[in-house]
Amino acid sequence: MQIPVDGFMYPNEIELQWSVLIVLYPFLTGLVAGAFILASLERVFRVEEVKPTYRLALLTALAFLLVAPLPLQLHLGHPERSFEMYLTPHRSSAMAMFGFVYLWYLMAVLLLEIWLDYRKDIVVMARANSGWKKRLYRVLALGSDNISEAALAVDNHAGWIVTVVGIPSAFLLHGYVGFIFGSVKANPWWSTPLMPVVFLFSAIVSGIAAVMLLYMFTGSRRHRLDTRCVDTIARYLFYAFIIDFSLEMLDLIHRIYEADESFRSLDFMVHSRLYTSHVVIQILCGTVLPIGLLALTQVLHLSEKVRLRTYAVAGVLTLIGIFAMRWNVVIGGQLFSKSFLGYTTYKMGFATREGLLTAIVLVLMPLGILWGLIKLLPPWSDDESLPV
Amino acid sequence: MITRRKMLMLTGAAALAWDSVLAGTPENAPNYRMTDHWWGMLIDITKCIGCGNCVRACAKENNVPEGFFRTWVERYEVPDWEIQDPRVDSPNGGKDGFPPSKSGTTVKSFFVPKLCNHCADSPCVQVCPVGATFVSPDGVVLVDEKYCLGCRYCIQACPYGCRFLHPERETAQKCTLCYHRITKGLTTACCEECPTGARQLADLKNPADPIHEFLRTHSVQILKPQMATGSKGFYYGLDGSVR
Repeated sequence: MQIPVDGFMYPNEIELQWSVLIVLYPFLTGLVAGAFILASLERVFRVEEVKPTYRLALLTALAFLLVAPLPLQLHLGHPERSFEMYLTPHRSSAMAMFGFVYLWYLMAVLLLEIWLDYRKDIVVMARANSGWKKRLYRVLALGSDNISEAALAVDNHAGWIVTVVGIPSAFLLHGYVGFIFGSVKANPWWSTPLMPVVFLFSAIVSGIAAVMLLYMFTGSRRHRLDTRCVDTIARYLFYAFIIDFSLEMLDLIHRIYEADESFRSLDFMVHSRLYTSHVVIQILCGTVLPIGLLALTQVLHLSEKVRLRTYAVAGVLTLIGIFAMRWNVVIGGQLFSKSFLGYTTYKMGFATREGLLTAIVLVLMPLGILWGLIKLLPPWSDDESLPV
Repeated sequence: MITRRKMLMLTGAAALAWDSVLAGTPENAPNYRMTDHWWGMLIDITKCIGCGNCVRACAKENNVPEGFFRTWVERYEVPDWEIQDPRVDSPNGGKDGFPPSKSGTTVKSFFVPKLCNHCADSPCVQVCPVGATFVSPDGVVLVDEKYCLGCRYCIQACPYGCRFLHPERETAQKCTLCYHRITKGLTTACCEECPTGARQLADLKNPADPIHEFLRTHSVQILKPQMATGSKGFYYGLDGSVR
């Protein structure tokens, strides 16, 4: 397959190394980190209005975290050797250390917090059910079936500690993803100390938007949507988005003003091959427009129905914008030559190992897992107006 | 029971199999001590004629897959004072030589052979998640094919574009400085085949190596010094327009 090239690329650069699957990887981990930060708002910072989303946010984070390593595995030339990263990690490698950050976050933070929060429910469900369900919940209880007041108080306290540890862990998880890109000095599109911070705030934005949409969807299906809760989430989304956009603009202004040796090349790329995905989709449709919509809901007295619809549109646009941001970082960073003299093209396959179909399946997979988790560990109680 | 006929057939088959077993094994170099050497390369741009012999020799010696390059040659054409806007081409990595220039004599034109610079502080080594890429004690950056995950982080990290993913083995590949040759006292395939001596293997630890005299008496540069990679690819006659 002939890949169209403009100007001069080093001969080994013509074919892109990191595909759409590597775009998905920071997108999915970003949703995890953002969902967890939203959950911690209630648990640690006592924002009572978002309580209805606490458990949903945790389950969302888990569903996406379970899928996050899959795009990486599919991308590897030798996935059967990936376990070597844990057995014989190369300590100077940002990627190797990320394996441990991921494991820490999954095992020591997310699973532990979910288990502590659900332990009472698991024990109750183990007692209420029979057959395989009973056995399943008993396994999930891990032999801990004491649900006395004192035991639950211990759970609560331990859960609070895990969340407090979890906040910096979530920051670490996604900041670290940014560092994996930001520390590649050979690539001026990636190499900036702002990259981890930009990744972190964009993660928070995407996670909050995802949980808000999921809550609106599940809440309206159950006819139990707490508008006050959605209003609060949207407000936090607005604040986080302002910070995220400011950081991205700071990076952009810095690059334009400094105009180093790579600038002409990157500037040309943004005005040509990346124009649609960067300027139109990421900045205009995925950032300015949702920020504007969210700002309107803050300053105008809109009816509940209009407000909710505006949040939904803003949420969807936000997710599209953050996905475009990941795309522009990962794919955009490989479209220009390190000689700054030429540009290549990304050709995405369809039904290939790293093609569009695989990417779509990987995006839908966490939603399927979330559906299963909600069935297994219901985040709400149907006989109450508010979740448990 | 093994009959005489069967025995003869089995011996033949075993001999064939043994050949395959040995095919990928580096030959022994019992008299070679890695710590006595520190390898690099001197490239004299004023001598390169862009014939592509080096690229062909490398591809043949190292079985480099078509469309990928462990070494390549670039042709630069710099119009007068515009050294920020050189015209560069490298058709098929310069493997088949270069077509005649369309610019005639109105530009400064020269060839730049490229290969892995075997950096002492190599970013590709730094980022490899399992340490499959490493610097040998004699200063050659190598890839352990049996260990490489094929994650391609090293390819992203190389500022010079020297690495690629082998399309069949799905592991990272690059110039090994013909390690299987230099450990036996030979030079690299590209140096061996260069008709003008534009490439010279250099042992920086050997005081008798002519590289030392050359470096003392000539103005020599490395590629992209701002990357601070400890590059050991020394270029004589390098123009400021070269990337």
